[in-house]
Amino acid sequence: MRGSDRGRPVWPVRRLRHIGAKLAGAVTSQVAVLVAAFLLFRVLPGDPVRAMTRGRPINATQLANLRAELGVDDPLPSQFATYVGLLLHGDLGTSFQYRLPVADLIGARLGATVALVGTATVLAAVTGLWSGAWSAWYAGGVVDRVGTAAAVTLWSVPTFWLGLVLLAVFGGGLGPLPGLFPTGGIETPGVSGFGPVALDRLWHLTLPCLTLTAVIHAQYLLVMRSSVLAVRDSAFLTTARAKGLSDAAVRRRHAVPNAYLPSATLIALNLGGVVSGAVVVETVFSWPGLGSLFYEALTVPDLPLLQGLFLTITSAVIVMNLLADLSYPLLDPRVEVA
Amino acid sequence: MTAGRAMRRAAGRVDARGRVAVAVIGAYLVLAIAAPLLITPADLSAVGAPGAPHLPPSARFPLGTDVYGRSMLAVTVWGTRVSLTVGLSATAVAIGVGAVAGIVAGHFRGRLVAVLMHVTDWFLAMPTLVLAAVLTGVLRPGAGPVVLAIGLTSWPATARLVRAQTLVVEAQPHVDRAKVLGAGHWHVIRHHVLAAVAPLIVVQASLTVSAAVLTEATLAFLGQADPIVVSWGTTLQQARDAGSVSAGHWWILFPPGAAIVVLGLAFTECGRAVQRALRVGPWEHP
Repeated sequence: MRGSDRGRPVWPVRRLRHIGAKLAGAVTSQVAVLVAAFLLFRVLPGDPVRAMTRGRPINATQLANLRAELGVDDPLPSQFATYVGLLLHGDLGTSFQYRLPVADLIGARLGATVALVGTATVLAAVTGLWSGAWSAWYAGGVVDRVGTAAAVTLWSVPTFWLGLVLLAVFGGGLGPLPGLFPTGGIETPGVSGFGPVALDRLWHLTLPCLTLTAVIHAQYLLVMRSSVLAVRDSAFLTTARAKGLSDAAVRRRHAVPNAYLPSATLIALNLGGVVSGAVVVETVFSWPGLGSLFYEALTVPDLPLLQGLFLTITSAVIVMNLLADLSYPLLDPRVEVA
Repeated sequence: MTAGRAMRRAAGRVDARGRVAVAVIGAYLVLAIAAPLLITPADLSAVGAPGAPHLPPSARFPLGTDVYGRSMLAVTVWGTRVSLTVGLSATAVAIGVGAVAGIVAGHFRGRLVAVLMHVTDWFLAMPTLVLAAVLTGVLRPGAGPVVLAIGLTSWPATARLVRAQTLVVEAQPHVDRAKVLGAGHWHVIRHHVLAAVAPLIVVQASLTVSAAVLTEATLAFLGQADPIVVSWGTTLQQARDAGSVSAGHWWILFPPGAAIVVLGLAFTECGRAVQRALRVGPWEHP
């Protein structure tokens, strides 16, 4: 099914048009994010300057400067132009809480989030897709029933509560069990040298990564399971079996590749959920990434910082979705360009 | 076939699992309504709390006490009220927006509908929790903003499913016949589309409540609920901030979490039971 299509030439023009259409879609989404952020942070609060400086010591000159900088007394369309102009120059404003440029704060915290989300995603993809395919192939068996029940349970448990429970059991220690892992943060003060620091980071990463992996794993398993179930009784698999291929070869070479595409689509669609999960997990474990920064901005509330994070997180989701869209023809050559 | 008749027929066909789920939801409702009879304001007062903080379960406090010294049993029972009120109100908003958007997008044609579908897809791809938290953060934390935030971010899935079902119904010959006989948009939507999407809306409503209860608790944990009002998420947030989690005070952690999980599962199961009874929708889920 896959092999026969592989040699067919795809017209470069059509492929380019496909890429162009996806890019245009992503740009439209990005514009929608800008409009949403403008509405949320500039229009909704009524007087954005007052909302931003709520409960802050600020004198009349600073207030007037801020009003002029944001252009809050101009009509809405020109306010929007000023707003987008500032963003295009990479100016996300200044955090009230830290008194530092928002862009610098986000840059400093980005690495920790990428490490956490990246590790968890790779782990969950490997375990989830593999066990999902296995579950569907032997549907109704012990592995399927136990694995699926565990996934559904993990799916129904609130992410923050799962994190708190893991933290209490493995971080704080319960009864005779001592605390095996740190209760938060990313490093132990005073550790030096490349090897010890790397081990220390891994030790701190374990619990937050486990929590996030558990949540994503459940999603990947369920998606892959239903994708494989959908193709399991197809005629082309009967043909493959009739050719005398072993059961494992039919699964690996014919069933699973055909289930990749629907899985990839659903996984891309659920990226937003992974990001939301990361915010919660980072908050629970005080992991110093964008998620815990988001929580800090939310509790104050530090609106310039919150706005910067909102734009960064949503833009990241759009870019990841675009990459997923562009990868479909690589996953499955049958995907014709729209 | 009217929507009401379909519902009554469905009620008779709900299986045992569905009946258990409905009974659990009923028990939560009774507790929520009866809570003011069982618990006095003094029980929930953070300053004049009846016990010492962090007491393990005992005869006087069957579930122990929280970070202020309030009985965890009273706190957990009282939390039912916020969860159900916010969960049900947010679902009403989400299902209302989703059903209208879905029917409009399925029934009408044109550029505006295309824009509507793009908006739906945009919301579907966004990190819902981040969007909802930003909304409550800008509007100031509280029950109203939380309902609005959850409602305005949980409608897209319903809109997509309702649109698909609307397209299926409108392709059927009996709808063409009605149109030929002179039926207008309103008649077709009211008599044909609505009856066909009603079961789907009931299923989606039940599944949405389950998600809304979870989101409400998460937003409260992120400090977006009124800290004065006792709720499951707020209790867990206070426990985390007071260091109860790493200190191993499991009795503060366990009851609110279990209450959230059981309520969420009950609404999910209830939705699936209706789905099985009416054989709606091609979503398959274990």
